[in-house]
Order: sequence, then structure tokens, then C-alpha cells
Amino acid sequence: MEKGNLAKWVKNEGDPVKAGDVIAEIETDKATMEVEAVDEGTLGKILVPEGTQDVAVNTPIAIIFAEGEKAGDVAAAKPAAKPAPKQEAPAPAETPAAPVSVSAPAAAPAASDPEVPAGTEMVTMTVREALRDAMAEEMRRDPSVFVMGEEVAEYQGAYKVTQGLLQEFGAKRVIDTPITEHGFAGVGVGAAFAGLKPVVEFMTFNFSMQAIDQIVNSAGKTLYMSGGQVTAQIVFRGPNGPAARVAAQHSQDYSAWYSHIPGLKVIAPYTAADAKGLLKAAIRDPNPVIFLENEILYGKSFPVPKLEDWVLPIGKARIARAGKDVTLVAWSIGMNYALGAAEELAKEGIEAEVIDLRTLRPMDIETVVESAKKTNRCITIEEGWPQNGVGADIAAQIMERAFDWLDAPVTRVSGKDVPMPYAANLEKLALPSVPEVVEAAKAVLYR
Amino acid sequence: MPATAKSLDTTKDRPRGKDQGAAARPPMSAEQEKLAFREMLLIRRFEEKAGQLYGMGLIGGFCHLYIGQEAVVVGMQMAIEEGDQVITAYRDHGHMLASGMDPKYVMAELTGRRSGYSKGKGGSMHMFSIEKNFYGGHGIVGAQVPLGTGIAFANRYRENNRVCLTYFGDGAANQGQVYESFNMAELWKLPVVYIIENNKYAMGTSIERSHAQRDLSKRGMSFGIPGEQVDGMDVRAVKAAGEKAVAFAREGKGPYILEMLTYRYRGHSMSDPAKYRTKDEVDKYRKEHDPIEMVRTRLIEEKRASEDEVKKIENEVKNIVNEAAEFASHEPEPDASELWTDVTR
Ligand SMILES: Cc1ncc(C[n+]2csc(CCOP(=O)(O)OP(=O)(O)O)c2C)c(N)n1
Ligand SMILES: [Mg+2]
Repeated sequence: MEKGNLAKWVKNEGDPVKAGDVIAEIETDKATMEVEAVDEGTLGKILVPEGTQDVAVNTPIAIIFAEGEKAGDVAAAKPAAKPAPKQEAPAPAETPAAPVSVSAPAAAPAASDPEVPAGTEMVTMTVREALRDAMAEEMRRDPSVFVMGEEVAEYQGAYKVTQGLLQEFGAKRVIDTPITEHGFAGVGVGAAFAGLKPVVEFMTFNFSMQAIDQIVNSAGKTLYMSGGQVTAQIVFRGPNGPAARVAAQHSQDYSAWYSHIPGLKVIAPYTAADAKGLLKAAIRDPNPVIFLENEILYGKSFPVPKLEDWVLPIGKARIARAGKDVTLVAWSIGMNYALGAAEELAKEGIEAEVIDLRTLRPMDIETVVESAKKTNRCITIEEGWPQNGVGADIAAQIMERAFDWLDAPVTRVSGKDVPMPYAANLEKLALPSVPEVVEAAKAVLYR
Repeated sequence: MPATAKSLDTTKDRPRGKDQGAAARPPMSAEQEKLAFREMLLIRRFEEKAGQLYGMGLIGGFCHLYIGQEAVVVGMQMAIEEGDQVITAYRDHGHMLASGMDPKYVMAELTGRRSGYSKGKGGSMHMFSIEKNFYGGHGIVGAQVPLGTGIAFANRYRENNRVCLTYFGDGAANQGQVYESFNMAELWKLPVVYIIENNKYAMGTSIERSHAQRDLSKRGMSFGIPGEQVDGMDVRAVKAAGEKAVAFAREGKGPYILEMLTYRYRGHSMSDPAKYRTKDEVDKYRKEHDPIEMVRTRLIEEKRASEDEVKKIENEVKNIVNEAAEFASHEPEPDASELWTDVTR
């Protein structure tokens, strides 16, 4: 049995229902059967009207509102009743057919950035301020959001990103932890399982390695392992990547590490506007989100639209500079090199298109592929190491999707394949640079 | 074995330094006391110079000074034997000097030059000298604790009669891996002495705001590891406690915990304005408990050394430090090819 007809509604919209009440009758080729409500509440909305033929098994037919919910909450409410009892193993009518290849179904394209209405005032602010404002706004909006980490409260943040939050929200919601990353990351995930929305700051992402088991195994996988029951709405944020002269143990880019993990979302903004809009989105997103900031960018200023609620879509790249000759793909501080190189290349008449990925997982590879099809050349830029880096994945995806459009191999500019040295001259050599990007661009243009 | 931790109320500002019945302290010989004075002064002057070079831009990144805590490492070093090992975190310049590492090459590492102990590749937080049995220099809070335990494991495995001194901070004492280490160390009776340098703060967080059990010498109790609190501002007390703990570990009785009650005068690192404590608090330690001043006063008052002798030591130390700074400022940077060396072997 895979489908049936909705013969009759026994209850009407607005009627109170208790679990077990018969609400509708369904006819199948074998029998007529009754559908019972599974929750208590009010029959809020009938999704499948009386008389509808061939309703697939497992199609939601109505929504029952729990006490206190109202019609505006339709998207959040869970489908209350399903038509046919499961006498036989029903075909999973709602999920896609078994995939023919091993690759995952393509994710739905992310929405575009919201329009900034003409005449909106733009305020110049630092990335640091934008991040702080994002947290403060979300904390005002939702009392279940709280911030936790080392030195986030009384010290106002090791890098002053949480400045003022303790003063506004108090010690219940802005919490200094001991130096126990594995412990407090796990505490955060547990609190998220129980419905709170923690924003966990790592003083730097280097220290998240102490906690990586809780991030990957507990936060990242539990939704899947629980068959969709247990969510972890949690943000792990903090500065990522090399700062200046802090040497090997404090200078690592975790872009590739975390974007490897299904179950996590990974965001790495460059501008203050993106930092604000994406951090707000991350806090609202029902998944664990790794939010990679950058210490060197904290003090950089950008215009940010002065809007009531500036939230950006996760998973959408931004074309930061249009061009036709070569595509440069970067994110976070990598954008400094990309934009710097585009400037240099322009002086020589080369028009580079610069894409700011903003989100690394889910990655907006469509935008990258479209650009590569246009320019026929692509350079990726990251401070992380080359092997199994984000650039390596982009190169593979372009090869799979746009091989015939390429006029040159996709080229990676990355951090050198060594731990970060302390000495000033070696550190400079270890990092990518504008001249390296320029050189790579010229190489793929055969110039 | 029952824990022998003495219980002091650590929530109060405990006596550190001379007001703790100093006369009753185990004595040192005149020679030992002069040595302690010289070693502590060397660290003090070295650190002051490092602070200056940082201000001049010759040292970059993170630089954590040991000023105020000198008695801990010097007293402990006087309690061990040739061949015993030392491992610590990033506040490590003092440990290196006390281990006998050359101030010139330590300073050259701080300035990122080719003759530094790590060829300029490690910097302030990551420096090693296997020759001097100094195993670093580690930037990740708490990570050195299992490492030191592992060095002690190797000692027992080899039956070499060596003890590993494993230093960590009050803040580090909250990391989970510390307790995983305690368990194994006691289980396998490893020759390790855990030295908790309790300087009252982990960055801007005081011990009161971060520790449920504030008597850190008791932190090994549930594993059966004995521990005690020591006046870490008095080099004599440190040495005496160190000798007892090291002997215990060397005899195969297992690990021992020494909580050193100490104080750092400077900010956590060069960029810390240290607004979380009062100037009075710092001044009190400097004036009343300074580990070096206490020894200097004793040397002279008890006529163990003449003013001239003390002056001579001071000049000698000053010259060593100036020479180190001069050297470290003029050494060449590492060769560019060094970027690619030492990654694997
Ligand atoms: C795993 C980890 N978390 C955080 C940090 C950042 N950090 C460096 S030092 C420090 C404070 C440590 O305090 P304590 O152990 O008391 O040592 P002290 O600095 O007082 O010598 C912190 C939080 C780090 N280096 N490693
Ligand atoms: Mg401390």
C-alpha cells in the first residue's frame, strides 16, 4: 500500500483534539481506515482537503497546534497526522529515491542576500564590533542564547569581541569558564541538546583541538545518530588561523578540518557586514555551526547596513569583484590576498573575478563553477596547508563540473606545507602573499 | 596511600614570603644562598631585558615573563640531580636559564634568530634543550602534563633513576588531561613531581572564579597522590619541599604534588594591562615578599656575603644579560631554506 484517498474529515479546523481522537477517514485499495491524532491540541490547519485522491503514505495531512501556538507558526509545528497506518513497510514517499550514484543529493540553492533598501544608512564598523552586535542582538531577541568561554565576561574577551556583553546581559548569560575546552565544549553541546542556544567562544581555534571530539562526535553527529530527534543548536566561534609571530601551536587554519565534517556548518566571513549577518544566521541555525573569525581582521572596518535585523543566508558566496579573465576564490583573510592581487592584475589589464565564499560548508560551489566557466581559469587562496585543503576540494569539484571549460589547471595558493615558524622572515615566507597570487594568475593566463 | 595535603584556606590571601615564620625555614649554606641569589637575579634581569626588547619590536608574538616567580624554579633546580628532566608551559624562560641553558641562545630564540635554541623557529613559547634535559616550552595549556608524565614513564621503563619535574599553572590545573595523567602516574608509580605554579591568576581569571577546590595540593587526593602547599616566594622552602618530593619519586613511591604559592608581577603576557587586580596587591608582593630581595637582605644581614660580594654578583649578571641582548639583536635571521627543514626526518 503506497497511497490512499482522503475520504472524510471528521474534525474541522479549530476543533480541539486529543491524542487518539479520530480526525479523518482514509480509503485505500484494501480498506477504509481511521486516522488518529498523535498529539493533543487544536486542529490548526488541514493540508489535504476532503476528497483528495492518491495521497502518498507519510504525507502530512494536517497540523495540530500545541497549546499556545498559532497559525503563524505553521512552519515550526510538526505534522500531526499521517494518513495510513503502517501495516506494511511504507515506501518513504517523502525522501528522494535511492541515489544512483554515491554523491549526495544536491542541496537546495541558498537564498540570496536580502535587499538593502535604497537610502539605508551604512555605518562603518570593525569586524569586532559587528560580531559583538550580532551576539547582543540575538541575545536580546532570544533568552535561550548565551555566551560561554575563557575570559569572555569580566575580561571582556581575550580579543575584546564580547565587550560589554556581561554588563548588558549579566553573569547568567555571559559565562567565564575555567581553562577546560573539552569540558565546556561538551557542556555547551549538552545544553544545546536540552534546548539552549550556546555561543561557545574558543579563545582561539587552536584550543578547539582540545575539544574536537565533542565538536565532531557529539555536536556534529547526534542529529543523524538520533534519527533526527536530537539537535545541537550551537555556535563555536573565535579567531582562526595565524595571527602574527605566535608560532606553530598558535597559528593554524581550521577551515579544512571542520569543513570536512558532515553535520557541521562552517562559516568564515571577511567583511564586517558578512560577519554580522552570518553570525546572526549561525545563532538561529538549528545545526552546530563553526564560525571562524580572524584576529588580524578584527580591527578592520567595513560599511554595515543599519537595518533592524541584518541576517544573511548561510551557504551563499558573494562576488566581491567582477571580472572576466580569471577567478580568484578566497574567504576570511584570504580575501586580503585576493583583492590585493586583483588590484595589481588590473594595472596590467587583467580583470580578475573575486569570489568570497563566506561559508565553507555547505559550499556554494555553483557560484564558483559559474565563474570558472566564464573566465576558464581559477585560483584558490587559503592560509591553510595545501594537502586536503579547501582549495584541493574546489579544484576537484571544478574538474568534475567544468572540465571542458578550463583553459588551465586550477591552481592553489596556500600556506606552505610546514608548521608556522616564529622568525619574522620565515613566517612571511610560510604565508601566502599577493605576489604569489599575481604570479599564479599570470601563470594560468600564460602571461 | 592517604594524601598528606596540608589544608590551608586558599580562598584567603595566604601568606607567601617572609611573614610565614621565615626563621623556621630550613637553612641553606652561604654558598647555596649566594647561588640561589645569582640564579634568581639572572632570571629577573633577563626577563626585564626581554620586556625591553619586546617594546623595541625585536621580540614579537606572545612573551610571558616569569618575574616574581623566580624562587620556584631556582629552588626546585637545587633539589634535583644532574640528568633529571624539566618540562613546562610557555612561561618558560626562567626554567631554561635555571636548567643551565645559555642566555645568549635563549635570547636569540626570543628575537627569532638562527642561533636560537630552536633556530628561530620556535620562539618564546617553544624552546628545548635535550642536552640540558629541558623538554620545552609548550603553548597549549595543560599539554605538558601528560608529556612530563610520559618522560617519567620512560624513566621507569629504563630504570634510569631519573625524576621528571612537570610544571604547570593554576589555570592549567583545571584541564582534564591533568587528571588523566595523575591517574596513570599513581597507577604506575611514575617518578614525576608535579609542580603547580599557583600565581593566583590564569590570564585575567583569579583562582576564586575558576576553581571548585582551591587547595590545589589536594587535587591528587582521589588518586592517592600526596601533595603540599609551599611558600613559593621563599627559595629555601621550595628547595626543602622539592628535595622531599624528588626523593619520594626517585624511591619509586610514585608522583608527588607541590603547589607553589607564588605571584607574577607583570601582566599575563606583554599585551595584558592586568586590570583584574589592584596595584596595591602587586606592590604588596614586590615590597614584602620579593624572592630576590629577601635573599639579598638575608645575605647581608646575616653577614653571609659582603655588600661588595653582592654587588659583584649583580654586575656579573648584568653583563651576562647585556651580552645576551647584544648578541640576540645582531644575529642574522634564519636562512630562508630553513623554512623547509625539520618538518620530518
Ligand atoms: C588549551 C589552551 N587554552 C587556552 C590557552 C590560552 N591561554 C594561554 S595562557 C592561559 C592562562 C593559563 O594560566 P595558568 O595555567 O595559571 O598559567 P600562568 O599563565 O599563570 O603561568 C590561557 C587561557 C592556551 N594557550 N591553551
Ligand atoms: Mg596562573
